[in-house]
Amino acid sequence: MLIKTDWSILRRTKWNDYAVRFLLGGTITAVAGLIAKEFGPVIGGLFLAFPAVFPATATLSEKREKERKSSKGLSGEKRGRQVAAAEAAGTAMGCIGLIAFAFIFWRELPSWRLSLLFPTAVIVWAVMAATIWFARKRLRPRPKSTSS
Amino acid sequence: MSELLLRFLIGGVVVSAFAVIGDIFKPKSFGGLFGAAPSVALATLALTIAKDGRSYAALEARSMLAEAFGLLLYALVVSRLLMHRQISAFAATVVSMPVWFAAAFVFWEMFLR
Repeated sequence: MLIKTDWSILRRTKWNDYAVRFLLGGTITAVAGLIAKEFGPVIGGLFLAFPAVFPATATLSEKREKERKSSKGLSGEKRGRQVAAAEAAGTAMGCIGLIAFAFIFWRELPSWRLSLLFPTAVIVWAVMAATIWFARKRLRPRPKSTSS
Repeated sequence: MSELLLRFLIGGVVVSAFAVIGDIFKPKSFGGLFGAAPSVALATLALTIAKDGRSYAALEARSMLAEAFGLLLYALVVSRLLMHRQISAFAATVVSMPVWFAAAFVFWEMFLR
């Protein structure tokens, strides 16, 4: 299987790393609301795709990888960067799904039942993001040393 | 004020949830997909529909559609920087922010104004 899950990461994540992302996520959602109120929905909507927690998440991944390497007596500088770069590349792929998500909301919001619209849009996001990830994996297999 | 607090709480919960899901998955490029999860969007659209109605929320979604391309561009720039420069993840994600803002401005000028 190409994809694995690592549940132990939940225990290893420090409470302040959870707190930072909660704060950033809450703040940008509140600020997006304020901007929409002040400047209208057209400007406000831009902030629905703002990379609010992205710096925090990328930093966290880099830090974890560095710690993992230094526990083995290696310098994790470069490896940490590679992991964060791979994560950012994943985010770029996920954006294709995000574009589809926004398109569905824009076109179908006035007419669809909400109980149908929300799950459909989320499923379309997930399916498109995963499809692009697998397609890229298949078309451009990476050498083992940089595959994670 | 209570509406702002509600946005803060719901946004915090949804964003955290997607961030944790992204954490669990390996390899990290797959986990990174969740960096483009519609987290702020879900929280905002649900609240906006309830308060301002569907056509108002649909306008927000149209802008979001444009700016999702901006996020795509931003993530690509961050990835390139990290691959080719000796720069920390934090520095790369922060110095690339102008890419996002420039994209937002260009899309607004071209399609939304």
